[in-house]
Amino acid sequence: MSIRTTIPPDVTRQAARPSTFRVYVTEARQEFLKLIRLPIFAATTVALPLMFYVIFGSTFAGQRAGGVGVTTYMLATYGAFGVIGAALFGFGISVAVERGQGWIKLKRVSPMPPLAYFVAKVIASASVAAVIIALMFALGASIGGVRMPPTQWVALGCTLVTGALPFSAMGLAFGYVVGPNSAPAVLNLAWLPMAFASGLWIPISELPDFVHSIAGFLPPYHFVQLALGTIGASEGGSPAMHLAVLFAFTAGFLAVAAWGFRRDEGRTYG
Amino acid sequence: MTTTQSSTTVPGPAPGRPDLPVLAELRCASKTYGKGGSAVAAVRGLDLAVRPSELLAVLGPNGAGKSTAIGMLTGLTAPTSGAALLFGQDPRSIAARQRIGVMLQASGVPETLRVRELLTAFRGYYANPLPVGTVIAAAGLGGLENRLFGALSGGQQRRVLFGIALCGNPELLFFDEPTTGMDPEIRRTLWATLRDLAGSGRGVVLTTHYLEEADALADRVVVLDGGRIIADGTPSAIKSLVPGRRITARTCVPVAEAQQWPEVRSASREGPWLTLLVNTPEPVLGTLLSRDPQVSGLTITETSLEEAFLTLTDRTESAA
Repeated sequence: MSIRTTIPPDVTRQAARPSTFRVYVTEARQEFLKLIRLPIFAATTVALPLMFYVIFGSTFAGQRAGGVGVTTYMLATYGAFGVIGAALFGFGISVAVERGQGWIKLKRVSPMPPLAYFVAKVIASASVAAVIIALMFALGASIGGVRMPPTQWVALGCTLVTGALPFSAMGLAFGYVVGPNSAPAVLNLAWLPMAFASGLWIPISELPDFVHSIAGFLPPYHFVQLALGTIGASEGGSPAMHLAVLFAFTAGFLAVAAWGFRRDEGRTYG
Repeated sequence: MTTTQSSTTVPGPAPGRPDLPVLAELRCASKTYGKGGSAVAAVRGLDLAVRPSELLAVLGPNGAGKSTAIGMLTGLTAPTSGAALLFGQDPRSIAARQRIGVMLQASGVPETLRVRELLTAFRGYYANPLPVGTVIAAAGLGGLENRLFGALSGGQQRRVLFGIALCGNPELLFFDEPTTGMDPEIRRTLWATLRDLAGSGRGVVLTTHYLEEADALADRVVVLDGGRIIADGTPSAIKSLVPGRRITARTCVPVAEAQQWPEVRSASREGPWLTLLVNTPEPVLGTLLSRDPQVSGLTITETSLEEAFLTLTDRTESAA
């Protein structure tokens, strides 16, 4: 406020409306910028699944899993790992942090359509997911030697990127339940064992029986089975069943997030 | 604190301009947090109206209900009973929020966004935003447009939040403790800007615990304590609620002794300076001069708003 400028007197308002579409575009763009400007996010969320794909793909090169070559199989499993990670961390941690710092509150007193905040975050994490999948497909097609008909590439890619939706809901629920400081630790603690038990790291057929029995209760398992289904490598269970389970989980996570959103209303005090 | 004390009616003309339309109001609004035995009433039966061109300061100690009152007016929190209205509507309606600007206490902003991007986003929410150049100039953000929020100093970050509050060219502005942590020079510039805003016909509501700020700025002061309004009036009317004078003098008389004198309400010392709050100054001056003929630098002033405030809130405490 070093320069004092007279703010023009309040003018008669035209009955104009702000462009809702433009608000959504700006919000989504800024959510994406916020994510990629954090080098640690880019490094862990984008680089880690790519690195795992290359390491495990080359370790088991030449072997087969689910009836397809292992580098093809792992496009689905590490692709799912990357997409879920982007959604959980891009969404969950940012919601937890922004709740803690009061950013959401500042948005709530503005006339921003409340949905814009959440839709923008879904678009941003889906965009990060698309970047991960594009890079992983490039690695698979080049050094992984993956050969598939174009329809399978498209089907697998679309299924994987769409997975950002249910796991954004999961991230949102985490973001509303977990405190800002503990969010990264709690998410890692929940996510890494879940990824393992869902067969995202090692093909589920290679895992002990008891892990197998847990997997059915974990949303990533159903997601990765859907993705594997597009390349004919599914373990079993109909796609409709996997979809239904994912929908049910999504509804549950959204309910938890809505509860947290309402609970926050009572947090202004003093 | 019990509910026995009543709000103090200020004599003289009613503050504000009753002929002007009400921009925002609380009608017997109460807010209780928690349920059952652990329920805490943050505010109780608040009645408050804000009109155009009015600079209203809400004063009160921590926990008095200032932020809750602002929260109800801006739709962050719904009253448990009673009503909060913003331009006659639910404060949560987007249409009502089109017409306000808010600067909250300690808002964190994502550190990886640039100043210009933040202003662009917020301007985008409004039908008739101020030109970005006007916002940047009014908030003193010239030259900082392309800096990341996280790379700014604390004072610069507060200015960005101030700019965000101006983005929509609002008719009514809320500032929750706006000058906390600002250096005195910047604070005075902000005061001038706040006065400009009220001078241009806008309503301005600010909470503060700096009494000099309320005294210097506000047309009207509402004192909250224990979730209730204990006084409502112009700064001078509030001060006149507490009769008496302040005597300051350079003297060796100990505080403990001065406190025993009749007519003395309180005594304090800062270095060589003794300050007495008294009901009537004349008898006290007699005692002081006879006790210490060496007394120097003697001044008698009206009580400050701070002293009035302390006396008022004290009264509430002792009514408990």
